[in-house]
Amino acid sequence: MTNKFKNYTLPDERGHFEKFGGKYVPETLIPALEALESQYTRVKNDPLFQSELSDLLKHYSGRETPLYHAKQISEELGFDIWLKREDLNHTGAHKINNALGQILLAIRMGKKRIIAETGAGQHGVATATVAALFGLECIVYMGKEDIRRQKLNVFRMNLLGTEIRPVLSGSMTLKDATNEAIRDWVTNVETTYYLIGSTVGPHPYPMLVRDFQSVIGIETKAQFAKQAGKDLPDRLIACVGGGSNAMGLFYPFLKDNVKMIGVEAAGKGLESGEHAATMTKGEFGVLHGAASTLLQNEDGQVTLPHSISAGLDYPGVGPEHSYLNETGRVNYYTATDQEALDAFIWLSEKEGILPALESAHALAYLRQDDNEIEKGEQIVVCLSGRGDKDVHTVAESLGVDL
Amino acid sequence: MSRIKKLFSKPKEKLIPFLTAGYPELDSTIELVCAAVDAGADMVEIGIPFSDPQGDGPVIQKSSQQALNNGITLKRIFEQVKQIRIQTDIPIALMGYYNPILKMGHEAFLDNCVSADIDGLILPDLPLDEAGPFCELAKSKGLSPILFVAPNTTNDRIRKISELAADLIYAFSILGISGNELSSKKNLKAYLTRVRENSVTPFVVGFGINTRDDVVWFNQHADGAVVGTAIIKKLNGSKLPAVTTKDFIKELKGIK
Repeated sequence: MTNKFKNYTLPDERGHFEKFGGKYVPETLIPALEALESQYTRVKNDPLFQSELSDLLKHYSGRETPLYHAKQISEELGFDIWLKREDLNHTGAHKINNALGQILLAIRMGKKRIIAETGAGQHGVATATVAALFGLECIVYMGKEDIRRQKLNVFRMNLLGTEIRPVLSGSMTLKDATNEAIRDWVTNVETTYYLIGSTVGPHPYPMLVRDFQSVIGIETKAQFAKQAGKDLPDRLIACVGGGSNAMGLFYPFLKDNVKMIGVEAAGKGLESGEHAATMTKGEFGVLHGAASTLLQNEDGQVTLPHSISAGLDYPGVGPEHSYLNETGRVNYYTATDQEALDAFIWLSEKEGILPALESAHALAYLRQDDNEIEKGEQIVVCLSGRGDKDVHTVAESLGVDL
Repeated sequence: MSRIKKLFSKPKEKLIPFLTAGYPELDSTIELVCAAVDAGADMVEIGIPFSDPQGDGPVIQKSSQQALNNGITLKRIFEQVKQIRIQTDIPIALMGYYNPILKMGHEAFLDNCVSADIDGLILPDLPLDEAGPFCELAKSKGLSPILFVAPNTTNDRIRKISELAADLIYAFSILGISGNELSSKKNLKAYLTRVRENSVTPFVVGFGINTRDDVVWFNQHADGAVVGTAIIKKLNGSKLPAVTTKDFIKELKGIK
């Protein structure tokens, strides 16, 4: 590993991870991003803010989440698999870690109106939840296609008092919901807090979402040392859409001698053109306020991604992942829709845990022939969310009529 | 002197229509820009369609999507501008989101602009913080980067933005996206006075400008008015887009 990760301090003061990151937004948003950054810098070292946040993480979300030694699948595969159970958080995924952090920021900034984008609906539910908790108005933008795929989460958000605004432009998925949330923010920037759900968007979002999600990696480190009787695992694995659960797990380990694998969605196959494998198939570009890697055509138009998992169905990826890919610190693999479905059923049957289809991509990597995992390795997989929301999708793909 | 500098050195009313390249038909831009010029446009802004136009409302979004469906590409836009250039000498600016430009490469994009005899470049998602290298390169090739200021931009920043732009800046009339409505004229006046006092270059205003009265008002408080959404709306469903454009530009210019 290169020395640059021994004292890793990126992003720099301009919000760049070398050529990635930055603030590629309309001028109107610059003052809001600057205000957000200065507020965040203040609370980062404010013990009052930090204790309020850890109190909520513990008593409201139920942290710490377990690190579970999955013995059945470990035995089958010949290496030790530890599942970081983010699915056991309140609302069923890691998204709440970030939503709690950002809602406290929004309150400190005096904002009364919260907006968010959502794909699978997990971030939307997390945002709707924290908005309900603090009595704030909440509007969630969601692509019409995702609304169809994630009816359960849509209804959950409604129950929490959130207004869902269906997005009918473009592919009607996460990318378009993000465009629409940005348009709302540009228009209502003075009253509104934009609660971004992943390590994407303009600086400081990729940094602050990563920091709020780092609780995953920090807990994992301590739990692993205690439970496995070894200092460090050999390998960390997480799925990557925008990349927040992966950044949360990886970040506290960047300086350590631990291999890291991000797993992207290969959809119907890398050669099918219907996938969301940004790092594997994309090129350098700018979308949603940051320079990163992007699925695009030869004219620089963003192309439509595909994944069975709504949370991974995104043509971009967080800028820090692009940086970690370019430096070789993290290796990125892919798993197809079918591999993810198989892994979903596999984990359900073997361990009695229904994983989110997003997380099932990370699990699918464990079973791939070319994964380069050696016998006896100690591996941590981020089980980023639970699969209840995907039961309809899985049933449909199995031809079962519910 | 560049065409933009020359135009803005004259104290006359200026109307700058915006047209989406490749809309409503793939090659209509040529005819529509020429119609706008005939009707009295002082400068034109040609929009490069992008799949994800963050700063635009539904009207311009739809026109961009339609243009992309028609098969518009940056290469084709440069060819169209070359055709337009044969027929007119008014300043032409391209408006485009950054990614298609980045994909072509700064150098190649700017060289294409030079050979199509384009005058200005308007990039809504390239703020001061990221615009340095692109603007310097553009200026070295004789092109004018036209950077944005907004109602919430500080005085100091307005000055820095105008210094980097050098020839002309563009003031958003509102906090919002294209097609939104204007706020009170009183607030607008205070804001435009602030831009006037802090910008080292002339400035045009756009967003929410729909009528002859708006054009007159904004020319009193700024150096020109950009009209986009209102034109695209008129073109929507028009059977004779060139006539529609011409009539509407005349109306905006107050020509009977």
